[in-house]
Amino acid sequence: MKILVCITHVPDTTAKISFTDDNTKFNSDGVQYIIGPYDDYALARAVELKEASGGTVTVLNVGTSETEPTIRKALAIGADDAIRIDAEPTDSYFVAEQIANHAKDAGYDLIMMGRESIDFNGGMVHGMVGELLGLPAISPVMKLDIEGQTAKLAREIEGGKEYLELDLPFIAGCQEPIAEWKIPNMRGIMSARSKKLEVLAPSDASEAVKLQQYELPPAKGDVKMIDADNVGELVKLLKNEAKVI
Amino acid sequence: MSTTEKKFTAKGGAFLIEETPAQAVFTPEEWTEEQKMIAQTCKDFLEQEVYPKLDEIDDVKGNPELMPQLLDKSGELGLLGTSVPEEYEGFGMNFNTSMLVAEVIGAGYSFAVALSAHTGIGTLPILYYGTEDQKKKYLPKLATGEWKASYCLTEPDSGSDANAAKTKAVLTEDKKHYIINGQKMWITNGGFADIFIVFAKIDDDKNLSAFIIEKDFGGVTMNEEEKKMGIKGSSTRQVFFNDCKVPVENLLSERENGFKIAVNILNIGRIKLAASTIGASKGIIANASQYANERKQFGTSIGSFGAIKHKLAEMAARTYASESAAYRAGQNIDDAYEDMVAGGMDKTEAKLKSVEEFAIECAIMKVHGSETLDYVADEGVQTYGGMGFSADAPMDRSYRDARINRIFEGTNEINRMLTIDMLLKRAMKGKLDLMTPAMNVQKELTSIPDFGSDEDDSLFAKEKKVLSNLKKAGLMISGAAVQKFMQKLSHEQEILMNLADMLIEVYAAESALLRTEKLVGIKGEQACEQQINMSRLYLHRAVEIANKAGKEAIFAFAEGDEQRMMLLGLKRFTKIDPMNLKDVRRSIADHVLEKQAYEF
Ligand SMILES: Cc1cc2nc3c(=O)[nH]c(=O)nc-3n(C[C@H](O)[C@H](O)[C@H](O)COP(=O)(O)OP(=O)(O)OC[C@H]3O[C@@H](n4cnc5c(N)ncnc54)[C@H](O)[C@@H]3O)c2cc1C
Repeated sequence: MKILVCITHVPDTTAKISFTDDNTKFNSDGVQYIIGPYDDYALARAVELKEASGGTVTVLNVGTSETEPTIRKALAIGADDAIRIDAEPTDSYFVAEQIANHAKDAGYDLIMMGRESIDFNGGMVHGMVGELLGLPAISPVMKLDIEGQTAKLAREIEGGKEYLELDLPFIAGCQEPIAEWKIPNMRGIMSARSKKLEVLAPSDASEAVKLQQYELPPAKGDVKMIDADNVGELVKLLKNEAKVI
Repeated sequence: MSTTEKKFTAKGGAFLIEETPAQAVFTPEEWTEEQKMIAQTCKDFLEQEVYPKLDEIDDVKGNPELMPQLLDKSGELGLLGTSVPEEYEGFGMNFNTSMLVAEVIGAGYSFAVALSAHTGIGTLPILYYGTEDQKKKYLPKLATGEWKASYCLTEPDSGSDANAAKTKAVLTEDKKHYIINGQKMWITNGGFADIFIVFAKIDDDKNLSAFIIEKDFGGVTMNEEEKKMGIKGSSTRQVFFNDCKVPVENLLSERENGFKIAVNILNIGRIKLAASTIGASKGIIANASQYANERKQFGTSIGSFGAIKHKLAEMAARTYASESAAYRAGQNIDDAYEDMVAGGMDKTEAKLKSVEEFAIECAIMKVHGSETLDYVADEGVQTYGGMGFSADAPMDRSYRDARINRIFEGTNEINRMLTIDMLLKRAMKGKLDLMTPAMNVQKELTSIPDFGSDEDDSLFAKEKKVLSNLKKAGLMISGAAVQKFMQKLSHEQEILMNLADMLIEVYAAESALLRTEKLVGIKGEQACEQQINMSRLYLHRAVEIANKAGKEAIFAFAEGDEQRMMLLGLKRFTKIDPMNLKDVRRSIADHVLEKQAYEF
């Protein structure tokens, strides 16, 4: 089986977020980058599927050369080779175009990625790639097993769970508990440097959406402690000050 | 570097008498992507497997299986085989990479002790002294964690005086086995070890021999777990050998070579221990700075108080010095190894010889790392106030677990004495010319002081002058002490402690300064503001300590004119321009508080 896992290169979950250039650019100063946590689940499951029934796992990232350490980490975790499409990932559509363009003739049996990135949290790329390739796209996939050409998966829906069965190939937007994150082991780390990381020029595509400006949420205000016996006061404050009821 | 320029080669102990170019030191900022990934793996392992179970781990009686299970898991990741060559299923990493692993795992409390005892004193004797058969038999199992190892040197009546061990080995009549009898004490990993490296005397030998004993040989029993102040999750047992039958092929190295093995393995253990204390210190700094931001008193976070800032800055600066020095020495060991192998030396021998060359630095780092950690842990508790004393907050464990580091792998007293002893021995063997620079200092003392022109205003020009003077102070006092006591200097332990303190501080302060100088060369002054601050702050501390230690030594053995002259000399050699250290500390602390971590 030939699996493609698309990964994002995103600020660590504990990174301090700030902006420059009149709030139009993310300030990456001193920020540590990681594999998108949801993508990391997808990758972990892909490696498990490969270990169980053979095949290959290719990771793909749309990004500039700065993302290579993140890509090599994916190789250390167990991907066999990697592709970096050399472009700034400007918006979901642009990224989906790049992925689809690479995947259309590459013969993947399965394309996996996180259900969303954790920087812009668009959650759209899997759907767009599905549309561009004319394949089903399912998200959020929380359990995934493959038997022959058929995939069995589970997905959380409003108020319950849904169990699906469908034929390969398709696109899966994944989240926990599809697998547990894998810590790269020493052997993986040492073999990562000899695995192939191919850099491809981006295909012609333009973003569908242009970013105007960022804005940070307002700083948290002070906390007012209200005595448990004083419900009246609480209601008054919620009404008049917080204006939430 | 131009081709005509000779490559600088560091020599053990030579830092006292020569200037090291900044370009020649390794700095932790130079880790490769691969090394960073290895460090991240160690960190992820602690976060996933160790931190959520700290209380269970510490209940070693209730969960005796937990620690070996954790070691198994770390073995699956390859963390037990970093130093073992690839032909024995390890990863053959260089020395500094194994230091990095020790550092990161060092923040793992009892788990760190178990891992380092297994990979260090448990595995290395076989790696460095084993026959090919022994290596083939044991190393792959140790590198993967299938077998766990322990190291049995200490006995009830033989601690610091290791060669006084009474455990006995007697050859059987058919000459096929040794029968071993004796009692070992404080054996880390004892409760679950499959392999015991045991030091014993054969017949009436004067010196120890070392044996590889498998638990299944029979005759190995043990007491209950020791009740301890800290590292409660680390298994520590008394181990008894009763007519334990050991095949002759399990003698390690040669008869009576045990003490040498013990010493050489401890050299490595000491500097690795320093690496691990750095990781523990960084963990405490992260916790303490976060708490200082969150805890409010008098309407503001306690981190805004100068008294707390003072602590955080000192914690960071001392850790920075320790870190700079440890990896400087680690790289020296790697470089020496490469040179020796290039010169045709056998790889195993080169591993040992390269560490032996820097044994002084290893002992220095053991002391500096463990005392820095104790300071950091103590101030960590203080920063937490009452919560520092609570067993529900992290400082309690950090504080208790820190303390052992000044005791094992040679107590800090033993290590302090060793630094001076080894330095003088190297001088006597002609490996280190202490004589010429000591005489030059004598001459300088009787000449008119060089007030120096302040022409050189390059970064650290003044600091370097201070350092070079500190070295002179050390040479002046040790030279005079050697002249006075000759062979009897070893009986003057108090003076040895003073001299060791001077030496340790010179090494730490110089290492911090060289690292910063190198960094400034790469990133520019502005980007290195806090490194510059920490180096300067640390240098002031080093001067204070050297001045105090120097005075005590002088008072202890010099009188009259000699005393007066040496005190004047000391004053001259420990002169440093005043600096507003309060402001320097505030700036460092503000940075630490902003990052909520030791992150520069
Ligand atoms: C938790 C723990 C784990 C350990 N793990 C191991 C292990 O795995 N394997 C192993 O073999 N050992 C182990 N040890 C033993 C440890 O190495 C010894 O405790 C240590 O070497 C000190 O020996 P001692 O306890 O006999 O103290 P002593 O030697 O009795 O020392 C007591 C005090 O006297 C001082 N002193 C001793 N001799 C001198 C001297 N000549 N000059 C000046 N001062 C001196 C010491 O510095 C110390 O302050 C462990 C100990 C502990 C507590």
